[in-house]
Amino acid sequence: MSKSMVRLEPIKYHVPLARPKQGVAGKTGFWRTEKPIVDNEKCIRCYLCEIYCPVNVIRVEPETGVTIDYDYCKGCGVCSDVCPVNAIRMVPEE
Amino acid sequence: MTAILEESRGGRILPLTGNYAVAMAAKMARVQVVAAYPITPQTSVIEKLSEYIEAGELEATMIRVESEHSALAATFGAAIAGARAFTATSSHGLLYMHEWVHWTGRARVPIVMAIVTRAIAPPWNIWPDHSDFYDQRDAGWVMGFAMDNQEAFDLTLQAFRISEDPRVYLPVMIGLEGFILGHTTMPVHIPDQEAVDEWLGPRRQGFVIDGSEPLAHGNLAWPEDTEEMFMDIHRAMMEAKSVIREVDEEYYRITGRRYGGLTQCIRCSDAKYVVSSMGAWSGDIMEAVEKLRGEGYPVGVLRFRFIRPFPEEDVAEHLAGKKLVVVFDRAISFGSMGQLFMETVAHLAKHTGKLPVLRNIVAGVGGVNVEWREFYELIKDSIDRFEEGGELEYFTWYHKARR
Repeated sequence: MSKSMVRLEPIKYHVPLARPKQGVAGKTGFWRTEKPIVDNEKCIRCYLCEIYCPVNVIRVEPETGVTIDYDYCKGCGVCSDVCPVNAIRMVPEE
Repeated sequence: MTAILEESRGGRILPLTGNYAVAMAAKMARVQVVAAYPITPQTSVIEKLSEYIEAGELEATMIRVESEHSALAATFGAAIAGARAFTATSSHGLLYMHEWVHWTGRARVPIVMAIVTRAIAPPWNIWPDHSDFYDQRDAGWVMGFAMDNQEAFDLTLQAFRISEDPRVYLPVMIGLEGFILGHTTMPVHIPDQEAVDEWLGPRRQGFVIDGSEPLAHGNLAWPEDTEEMFMDIHRAMMEAKSVIREVDEEYYRITGRRYGGLTQCIRCSDAKYVVSSMGAWSGDIMEAVEKLRGEGYPVGVLRFRFIRPFPEEDVAEHLAGKKLVVVFDRAISFGSMGQLFMETVAHLAKHTGKLPVLRNIVAGVGGVNVEWREFYELIKDSIDRFEEGGELEYFTWYHKARR
């Protein structure tokens, strides 16, 4: 449905709408007990880790491979689990 | 009907069942999405809309879902993305979607839904009463109820205007009784499509969630913020009263029909006694009242077209200062009384220190047919006993057990 078919007229009431933004709950990376470490030599750029990451902190670039924002990565390990070439391993946090 | 025809602005007259009248109104509102669970207790409202879509007369998507719970959820999804969306249901289907009735109301998303009202089981029953409709009272929906097929058409069309008004932005449900209106045919005046297009205009809403920007809807909120949102629903309901009256007037300009806003009061100005009701049987009550007027009884009828927002101003205007008020309810809150009666009395007490003598008659529950002559007898008996100084039962369940 294209937006152009709707006439948006401002709502003057409180509504249950929120605009999510990065870091609204503080830096959640310190929750981690295990940290995902990527071997970008092994990475085949399949993007599964980026797609599956439940907190949206993984980016995959064709040239550079996987980067993880450790400020917000909670260390759940889903990325490591879905990686088809075992390029992500979980190591205990120090 | 004659008065309607003379004053109508173009258009045509079609013989339509109540269900087809609702479908025609949704088609003329150019709904873009219809979501429905296509078997019992669904109605021919949806069947007709799917025919319109199949024939290319309505450019819309029909989403067939696996339950009524999903039907309203899909309607909500389409509406929040910016589509004019519609659904219809009945009795147990409506009860099954009840969680979503609350969700859509509290989400402030404009949606129109028709409720072809039917009794609730057990025992299984396919006849009309108002139990399913009243069960939805507290969910933040504007709630209107038709008296005949013409009004079912008119109210459905008006519902889109009311729902999409920025002062309201709440979903609207329109009730009509199953079988009595749903399956019986009467001539219905249909305005020209161009007139409806110009009057209704494009879809309006306060926000759109279509993936173009990250938005979260219905997230966890603190109790204090939650309460403010609910208070705003109440405020919008209060504003909806003037919107409903305005829409009734504007609709008059394209159809020559207006009903009087949230209620219709017949023979009320000089009445000493007023009978109050909602729905199809109000027509029978009006016939009974006309006969009583012919016999010299100064009696009128206050018919509720809307129960949410509750028309307390109309109640104050038409019922305060009367000697006797009899409210007919076609549903009951078990262990209490009829819903229309309770609300009428509560709001009347706000506006007058001297209440009329009050009587609640619950009848027609489970689809029991009540004829105009029975209303005549019940109203006449109430007035006669009142005037003779006799004791009137505050609450009566008028029933007709099969022997």
